[in-house]
Amino acid sequence: MKIRHSLTGNEAMAEAMRQINPDVVAAYPITPQTEIVQLFSNSVADGKVNTEFVTVESEHSAMSATIGASAAGARAMTATSANGLAYMWEVVYIAASMRLPIVMPVVNRALSGPINIHCDHSDTMGARDSGWIQIYSENSQEAYDNLIQAMRVAEHSEIQLPVMVCMDGFIISHGMEVIEMEDDDTVRKFIGEHKANYSLLDVKNPITMGPLDLQDFYFEHKKQQAEAMKNSAAVIRDVAKEWEKLTGRSYDMIEEYRMEDAEIAIVAIGSATGTAKVVIDGLREKGVKAGLVKIRVFRPFPKEEIAKALANTKAVAIMDRAESFADFGGPLFRDIRASLYDHDVRPKMVSYVYGLGGRDVMPEDIASVYADLERLVKGEQLPMLNHLGVRE
Amino acid sequence: MSEKKVIPAGATWKEIPVAGIIPTAGTAQEFKTGDWRTRKPIHDEKKCINCLRCWIYCPDASIMVKDGKVIGIDYDHCKGCGICANVCPDKVKALTMIAQSEEE
Ligand code: SF4
Ligand code: SF4
Repeated sequence: MKIRHSLTGNEAMAEAMRQINPDVVAAYPITPQTEIVQLFSNSVADGKVNTEFVTVESEHSAMSATIGASAAGARAMTATSANGLAYMWEVVYIAASMRLPIVMPVVNRALSGPINIHCDHSDTMGARDSGWIQIYSENSQEAYDNLIQAMRVAEHSEIQLPVMVCMDGFIISHGMEVIEMEDDDTVRKFIGEHKANYSLLDVKNPITMGPLDLQDFYFEHKKQQAEAMKNSAAVIRDVAKEWEKLTGRSYDMIEEYRMEDAEIAIVAIGSATGTAKVVIDGLREKGVKAGLVKIRVFRPFPKEEIAKALANTKAVAIMDRAESFADFGGPLFRDIRASLYDHDVRPKMVSYVYGLGGRDVMPEDIASVYADLERLVKGEQLPMLNHLGVRE
Repeated sequence: MSEKKVIPAGATWKEIPVAGIIPTAGTAQEFKTGDWRTRKPIHDEKKCINCLRCWIYCPDASIMVKDGKVIGIDYDHCKGCGICANVCPDKVKALTMIAQSEEE
């Protein structure tokens, strides 16, 4: 049974967590994520979940306690943002290398400084090589759906990888929308019982986890991780199909919006894609063949899907809500450029870094990018790297 | 308890448990780790009063005990740290540390 609710992104995530009913949640507050665990702790206090809620003294401890719980065989979660994610950095890698199916909402926020608490993707983009699966959400509905699906992906016996479910700070986390929720039973049945492959608390079968691993086997374990990441794409798609059957809401690695005959396209992640869709509809009415590719799953990187979606375009703008300070565009730009390297026909491609520190990206901004792309198609030159909306 | 399975050197990534998990207990018995010892304890059975302090304190479980009596030292695993000799009562001193090279 579906329930319609007006919820902020944070409330949607907290509700999804309540329905997931994890065994252990260890968390530390940080804006703009605080509300997720605050609301979830209400559910704990009200006896709506059976979760052991551990209040810790830092994000490093939050992730460490989550790792411990997961290693013990529990379904364990935490949530964070920006500097909190940075503070748990070393253990973020440990969670992935120990192959622990932890699911963590990350509410995207600028990784300061100067001090800023608003949205950009500099936090999770920095963690793109940590071995975590990364799923991004355009709105509260997707945040809710992604969090539930992530549980199944992480815990799949062949995958056993942690998942970050990302959503834009404030824009989504604190913006209210009407979303469709499934009832508790449906969600619990969908995610099922957690059967850990190993448990540190199984005294009848004592095991060692996280031992010293040197030159003779470490590399092989990294290969296993790489392979699990590769195989996770198929699982992400299967889980999405199953969720669609149940809910009617469909998901894939990427979402193509009016790409069938698109000549110019934007590729972006997160809430800005909603704005882009509105702009595209307007442009289409004027006969401009504009389209959008939204990245839902950034790790593993959907290279084939992207290359296919962009194959027939003439010019593409890759929008990154993170600066890499490489003087070579943002992380999404570079990955997409690399995805098309082996293709004979390649569109022109430029990088737009936008929305840093929560700077609004308005329809006019997106429209200006499409206008740039039209000029590019006509043979005009554009700089490879552009900072959209920055005052010159 | 699951059966002890030793992973051979040279096993491929497909043949080894994920994440370096050691899925059985007691695997240290299979590995002789005492070969980097520079000093070794010598046990004097005649002096020993079998108080078993050395057995309690040895961090490597290398004091071999049978029926409440020290019967020797497991040199395959003893690291030569000297703790056993240190905790052996002053009036007894049944354990002496010698340089590993002295024996050779
Ligand atoms: S020297 Fe150290 S490791 Fe060896 S038997 Fe004594 S206490 Fe144990
Ligand atoms: S501590 Fe000394 S006296 Fe006591 S059992 Fe060990 S060797 Fe013997």
